[in-house]
Amino acid sequence: MEPINTHNGLVYPLPKKNVDTDQIIPKQFLKRIERSGFGQFLFYNWRFDDEGQPRQDFTLNEPKYKGASVLIAGDNFGCGSSREHAPWALLDYGFKVIIAPSFADIFYSNTTKNGILAIKLSEAQVDYLLKQAEKDSYILTIDLKNQIVYDNLEFKAGFDIPAYQKHMLLNGLDEIGITLTYADQIKQFEQTHN
Amino acid sequence: MKQPKTIIQKIWEKHTVVQETDKPDLLYIDLHLVHEVTSPQAFEGLRLAGRKVRQPDRTYATVDHNVPTINRPVIRDEVARKQMDTLRSNCAEFGIRLADIDHPDQGIVHVIGPQLGLTQPGKTIVCGDSHTSTHGAFGALAFGIGTSEVEHVLATQTLWQNKPKTLNVQIDGPLGPGVTAKDLILAIIGRFGVKFGTGYVIEYTGEAIRGLSMEERMTVCNMSIEAGARAGLISPDETTFEYLRGRRYAPDAAAFEEAVTEWKQLATDKGATYDHTVTLDATKIEPQVTWGTNPGMCLPISASVPDPALMEDPDEKSAAEQAIAYMGLEPNQQLTSIEIQHVFIGSCTNSRITDLRKAASVIRGRKVHPSVRALVVPGSFTVKMQAEQEGLDILFREAGFEWRDAGCSMCLAMNEDVVPAGERCASTSNRNFEGRQGSGARTHLASPEMAAAAAIEGRFVDVRQVMAPTV
Ligand code: SF4
Repeated sequence: MEPINTHNGLVYPLPKKNVDTDQIIPKQFLKRIERSGFGQFLFYNWRFDDEGQPRQDFTLNEPKYKGASVLIAGDNFGCGSSREHAPWALLDYGFKVIIAPSFADIFYSNTTKNGILAIKLSEAQVDYLLKQAEKDSYILTIDLKNQIVYDNLEFKAGFDIPAYQKHMLLNGLDEIGITLTYADQIKQFEQTHN
Repeated sequence: MKQPKTIIQKIWEKHTVVQETDKPDLLYIDLHLVHEVTSPQAFEGLRLAGRKVRQPDRTYATVDHNVPTINRPVIRDEVARKQMDTLRSNCAEFGIRLADIDHPDQGIVHVIGPQLGLTQPGKTIVCGDSHTSTHGAFGALAFGIGTSEVEHVLATQTLWQNKPKTLNVQIDGPLGPGVTAKDLILAIIGRFGVKFGTGYVIEYTGEAIRGLSMEERMTVCNMSIEAGARAGLISPDETTFEYLRGRRYAPDAAAFEEAVTEWKQLATDKGATYDHTVTLDATKIEPQVTWGTNPGMCLPISASVPDPALMEDPDEKSAAEQAIAYMGLEPNQQLTSIEIQHVFIGSCTNSRITDLRKAASVIRGRKVHPSVRALVVPGSFTVKMQAEQEGLDILFREAGFEWRDAGCSMCLAMNEDVVPAGERCASTSNRNFEGRQGSGARTHLASPEMAAAAAIEGRFVDVRQVMAPTV
C-alpha cells in the first residue's frame, strides 16, 4: 500500500447523497478474482449507456475532469454492499482522496485499508467545494500529517481522523503484519475462549 | 453493585484480545462465513504473503451470490464459474469446510449459518457481506466486512475494531394482523432514514420484537445495514434457545442446557444505558412498499407516491425527483395503482421456510396474474426440501410461479435472474438501488405476503384485504 502524506489534485464534484456501492461498481463486474483493473467499471451505469458509449450527461465524462484525483460527494457516501471492489475501482480510476459530510461505516474502513483517504467535512464546507469544482478546474491540497485541506485561494479547513487510521495511511502499513506481532496474545486468548 | 451492561458491551468485553490507547481494540472472531464473490482476492493475499488460515474450524464457506438457480449442472457464465472454482480450490488448499453447489447444506450464507446452528448467542460473526447483520437475531455481534478484512480474519482470526456506539430501537406494542417483520423494518427505516444507524450497533427491544419468531427477527436484523448500522441484534430468549435446540452445530444434550444458562446472562441488564434510543409504536404500522431508489423511500400501502413539489428541503426534493423519474412513477399516484411485471420471493431477508409458507398462504387456490412473471427462490437447499415435503412447490407451481434452486438470484442479479430495463419487480429482498436487479430495473421492496398478493393482482394491494376470508 502506498503511503499518503500530502496530496495535491484536481477535484471532481459529485453532488449526490447516499451514493451506494452498487452505483460505484455494479454487480456484473464483481466476478473477477483479481484486485486490479476495476477503474474502467467505476460508476459504470452512470458513465456509459446501453451500447457502452460514454453518456454526455454524466459530468465525470467531461474533459475538464480528466485526471481528477479528489472526489467530493454528498452525505452517506458508500452505503449499501460491503464490496471492496468499490474502493478498488475508485483507486484504480485515480481517486486518492474522497471528501464528504459522512461515509457509510464499512466503506470507510475499506478505504483506509486500500490507502484512500476519506475525509469528513461539514455540509457547508462540502457545498462550497462542490460549487468551486463545478465552476472551474479546481485543485485542492490535502495535508494528512497536519490534518488540513486547502486550495490556493482562500479555503482552508481542518479535519478529524482517528489516530490509528492516520498512522496506517501515513506509513502505508500492512495491517496483518502488525496484528501478527500480537500472535502470543491471540494464542493466549484462544486457550481460555470457547 | 455491578454496573448494568448492554449485550453489546458484554460480547465486546468477552472478545477483546488487546486493548491499547489510541488504537481500536483487537477483537476475536468466533465464526467467519465465506462466499465466492468477496473472498478470492483475500486468499490470493494470503498466498502471496505465505500465510495460513489461522482457524479453519471457525471458517465456513458456501457459494450463493453467483450460482444459477436453474439447470444447475451447467454453469454457462464462464467468469462466474471461475469464481466458484476458485473458492473450491481455496477451500481445499486452506482446509475450509465448503457447502458447494451440489452440497445439501448449500444456500445463502445468512440462511445456512442459523439453520446449521453455527450462529449462536454471544458469538462474534463476520462475513464479506453487509447482510451479516442477520445473525444478530440470535444475540450475536455480527457484521459485514470488506475483502481486506476477510484476509485479516483468515490470517489472524481477529479484527481491529473501534468500540461502537449503542442504539436502542424500541418497538412498543404488538404488530397488527397481516403486518409482518418486513413491514416493521421498512417502517423503521422509512421513519428514521437510511443513515440513522451509522456508527452504531443497534439493539432491537420492546414488545413487538419479543413477539417475533427467529425467522422474523432475522428479517429485522438483516436490514440493519439499510439503516446504516453495521450490526443489529436482539437479546436472546426462549424463542432463540428453542430454535437452536437440536441444530447440527449447536451444543448437544447436557452441553446445551449449560450453554442456555450462559446465553441467558447475555441479555441486556435492566438499567443499562444506550448512547441513543428511538421508539416506534408497532400498532400504527401498516404493510409497506418502497416507491424510490433507497429503502428509506417507503410508505404504507394506503399512501401515494410523494410530490416533490411539496418538499421544502432542496436535497430531499431533488432526490425524490430523481427517484420518481428512475422508477417511472407519477407524483401523487396511489401505491395500489402501481402495476408490476415481476415478483421475486427470495433473498437473505425473506427466503426461509416460514416466509415461503406465508407467501403460499396468500396464493393458495389463486393464480399469478397473466402479465406477471413470478419466481420463488428458497434461501437454502434445506429450505427447498422442507417446502417440497410440505407440498409448497406444487402450490407455487400450480399458481404459475417458477420454483428454483437456492441462491441470491434476483436480489442482486449476478446470475441469469435479471429484471429487464424499465420493468418493475415486487421483491422481498432488501435493496431497491438503481440497477440492483438489472440495469434500468425498478425494484419495489415488500414482504413475502405483499409480494405474493401483487403477483396475483398484477399490482400492489393491501394484503390484508386479499387475505380476508373469501367464501
Ligand atoms: S440474498 Fe442479496 S442481500 Fe442477501 S447475501 Fe445474497 S445478494 Fe446479498
